[in-house]
Amino acid sequence: MSKTEAPEEQSEQSGLDAAGAQLSTAPKEDAPNLPSLGVIGWFRWFWRQLTSMRVALILLLLLSLGAIPGSLIPQNNVDELKVQDFMDRHSTLGPLYDKLQLFDVYSSVWFSAIYILLFVSLIGCIVPRTWQFVGQLRGRPPGAPKKLTRLPAYTTWRTEAEPEQVHEAALAVLKQRRFRAHTAAGSVAAEKGYLREAGNLMFHIALIVMLIAFAAGQLFKSEGGKLITEGDGFANTLSQYDDFKSGSLFDTEELAPFSFKLDDFEGTYEKSGPNRGTPRTYRANVTYSEGVDGPEKKKSIEVNKPLEIDGSKVYLIGHGYAPTVTVRDSKGEVVYRNSVPLLPIDQNGTATGAIKVLDGYKNKSGKKEQLGFNAFFVPTFAGEGKGQMFSQFPAPDFPVLALSAYHGSLGVDSGVPQNVYQLDTRKMTKFKDSRGELFKKRLLPGETMKLPGGQGSITFEKDIKEWATFQISQEPGSLWALVGAVAAIAGLAGSLFIQRRRVWVRAVRGADGVTVVEMAGLGRSESAKLPEELADLAARLHDEAPSAPEPNHAPEAETVSGSDPDAVPAEGAEK
Amino acid sequence: MNLATTLAAAEPNEDLARISNVLIYSAMAVYLLAFFAHMAEWLFGSRSKVARTAAALTPAKTAAKAPEVTAKATGGGTATLERPKVVTRSVTGSRDVPDGPGASAGDEKGDLYGRIAVSLTVLAFLLEFGGVLTRALSVQRAPWGNMYEFSITFSTVAVGVYLTLLVLKKNVAWLGLPLVTTVLLDLGLAVTVLYTESDQLVPALHSYWLWIHVSTAIFCGAVFYVGGVGALLYLFRDSYETKLASGGQPGKFATSVLERLPSAASLDKFSYRLNAAIFPLWTFTIIAGAIWAGDAWGRYWGWDPKEVWSFITWVAYAGYLHARATAGWKGRKAAYLALIAFACWLFNYYGVNIFVTGKHSYAGV
Ligand code: HEM
Repeated sequence: MSKTEAPEEQSEQSGLDAAGAQLSTAPKEDAPNLPSLGVIGWFRWFWRQLTSMRVALILLLLLSLGAIPGSLIPQNNVDELKVQDFMDRHSTLGPLYDKLQLFDVYSSVWFSAIYILLFVSLIGCIVPRTWQFVGQLRGRPPGAPKKLTRLPAYTTWRTEAEPEQVHEAALAVLKQRRFRAHTAAGSVAAEKGYLREAGNLMFHIALIVMLIAFAAGQLFKSEGGKLITEGDGFANTLSQYDDFKSGSLFDTEELAPFSFKLDDFEGTYEKSGPNRGTPRTYRANVTYSEGVDGPEKKKSIEVNKPLEIDGSKVYLIGHGYAPTVTVRDSKGEVVYRNSVPLLPIDQNGTATGAIKVLDGYKNKSGKKEQLGFNAFFVPTFAGEGKGQMFSQFPAPDFPVLALSAYHGSLGVDSGVPQNVYQLDTRKMTKFKDSRGELFKKRLLPGETMKLPGGQGSITFEKDIKEWATFQISQEPGSLWALVGAVAAIAGLAGSLFIQRRRVWVRAVRGADGVTVVEMAGLGRSESAKLPEELADLAARLHDEAPSAPEPNHAPEAETVSGSDPDAVPAEGAEK
Repeated sequence: MNLATTLAAAEPNEDLARISNVLIYSAMAVYLLAFFAHMAEWLFGSRSKVARTAAALTPAKTAAKAPEVTAKATGGGTATLERPKVVTRSVTGSRDVPDGPGASAGDEKGDLYGRIAVSLTVLAFLLEFGGVLTRALSVQRAPWGNMYEFSITFSTVAVGVYLTLLVLKKNVAWLGLPLVTTVLLDLGLAVTVLYTESDQLVPALHSYWLWIHVSTAIFCGAVFYVGGVGALLYLFRDSYETKLASGGQPGKFATSVLERLPSAASLDKFSYRLNAAIFPLWTFTIIAGAIWAGDAWGRYWGWDPKEVWSFITWVAYAGYLHARATAGWKGRKAAYLALIAFACWLFNYYGVNIFVTGKHSYAGV
């Protein structure tokens, strides 16, 4: 509307406002008046500001701005090593960033402040809007404004039907189209599209559900890793994990009581061509049971296909080889037999590790000692004299185990936690070969290496096992997050695709005794659909109240006076 | 050995990959022709007298015309009415400026070139589509494993959206030139900087979620892009209209070009409708990504840079939709927000893959 409106037009405008009143529950925008008095006054002012659309918008923009640094600066929750590296390289910036919690953006005080304020605002917005909406559902759409011609969509015709008949027919037509309609003050008022508001409220409520679910997930989650060799099992208790992380409210009691056994690991690899060696399948076949002693079930776990048990998910993370070795003492008695997991160091499965014989071994003179072997394993050996010892292919086509031997103390009793894949040789003595060098040997499956001086032997068994690492995570609340997400999308669709609109029908007997029917529609935003729908409704009503024959004299006299000079025909306005 | 970085599948088919490349290059050549045709359309259009008529610039004061009731006589002599005619009028305070006459502005030659341009665009679209398809066949998977493949799919979909709108008889002919220009830029970048030999996927991408998540992401991007062009042109056209309304005289070039665009109100509505319509799908895309991440990485949300920027983009578009509902933020301010939101999307698409490393660094730039 132009700014210079005649007084009459202004009153028309207020009539229009009334017609459009409560077409949405969005809060009214009022200028940020300064509060008048007192603490309560200030609090009220603050609350009104916080729950206004303007502040919601600003908080939304702040939220997206605030999220940016977390994507550019290394984050503790993603990669602590990178954070450390950053700290080492930036002596001034590092501590400053640390103070500003820029390494923990998403749990920082300031980021939390933004989203907590936003969600307080959201709740402060939803509650009154819900009440209002319930009120609107109970109430009736407002009566027709005086001048229907001013509404965005308008049509009129003359009929011989009585005004009451027209109103009744209109009521029927509108109700059939699932408008909420009623007769009020000589006109029919109808409204449709309440689902838009319902959807919008549902969307905003779903956001809160998602936030709570996410927060709960962070606080109660747990995540641990475990390496399991074929044939071995795992029971879900804290002591069985290799490493374990959990949220601050997590209680070990909450670990779901299940167990599983790795029956066998299958890896297949591309055999030829430029992609030779690239894995084709990785599959861990497991037998698991739910609860303390539930029935056993079989399942295979693949990358992207975790096993779900009782709210926990078991992911396949990595794999490698665990050659089986048997160690005998000088008397030929077996003192150690185990499949020892070795850590892969390249894509072809070359792996290193340590074999530690902690007890049971006595040397030739009958003294208790510990044995240690550095192990180097290749699943596919290049062949004697063909360059280095690295594996040529990831499958165990030509497995070779290279060992070097030590005796003495493995140093595990010192109380210092030890890396199981490394040998601490500080308190150990090398076995020496004839030339006085470290005693080492390459073994094929089934071959035995005799320790010098008849001190016993170690056999590389034919039974080469594979191992797999698993991540076991529990993230409570993810179901609620999903429910929230689905509700959010549904609500959004309702909110954005449904148009809330009102239609009025007024039939008045004209001076010449012929009834003039006027129909008008109003939506919350301009839409091409509104006039289309009105035309459709009008056509239906027109069937019930057909046009009167044109009077012979100046045909348009009646309507011209009521029409608006600014009116633009429908074809011109909406393209 | 970490499984997530090593698993891959069948070998690519080199012949198909080569055919795909040829098709993409051909598509570029045809787009280039379409670009010249559009230029000709605009140039011929600028000569047109139609464009200069003041009527196109001033609010249409259609002579007082009563809502029409057309009577039609049928067989028995009783007069029955056709559909009562509905009259519309703007109550939202937008200027009642009619849309401009389009690039050719009624100039016959311009119009001809316009048609040629659209035909060429259809041809280029088909070629490019074939390029994407053969690429997919050559690797026997969804063609969305690296940035090159993203880029070619993205522009195909953007052009597809444009052509669909054309088929639906929407007033989008004005999109032709800016769209073809950016498609050329996108493809140019794709074949030079981003080109990657067709190859297998890293295993975390082995999932039907790839189809769901990535296809909707690309589609959303294409629609956001078209919406963004609308918002940008809205800003130009709006300042042009404001200047005219306040009695100013916009520059000659601005007049020649902008007067032929749809009215600011139409552009605004166009941009809003696209952005609003696609927002729920973008929400779905992010959620689908989260579900996939839950399966592939063991957590559904981990603030990985790609996730962060999807979130930022999402919040920015939510801000845009809010802005439209907030007094004082309608119009230009909202349009700026739409552009910022699209910039976030673009950064997520190019910037994050190139400058930031994260779990999503399959990019293979
Ligand atoms: C958590 C952050 C929020 C997000 C992501 C969000 C998102 C959205 C979106 C996408 C819409 C568009 C739907 C439509 O146009 O109908 C919308 C509408 C709306 N939002 Fe929010 N919103 C948030 C917070 C808030 C807050 C704090 C308030 C209240 C102060 C609020 C009040 C509204 C209202 C009243 C509408 C409807 C406007 C209308 O009827 O057109 N929102 N919101």
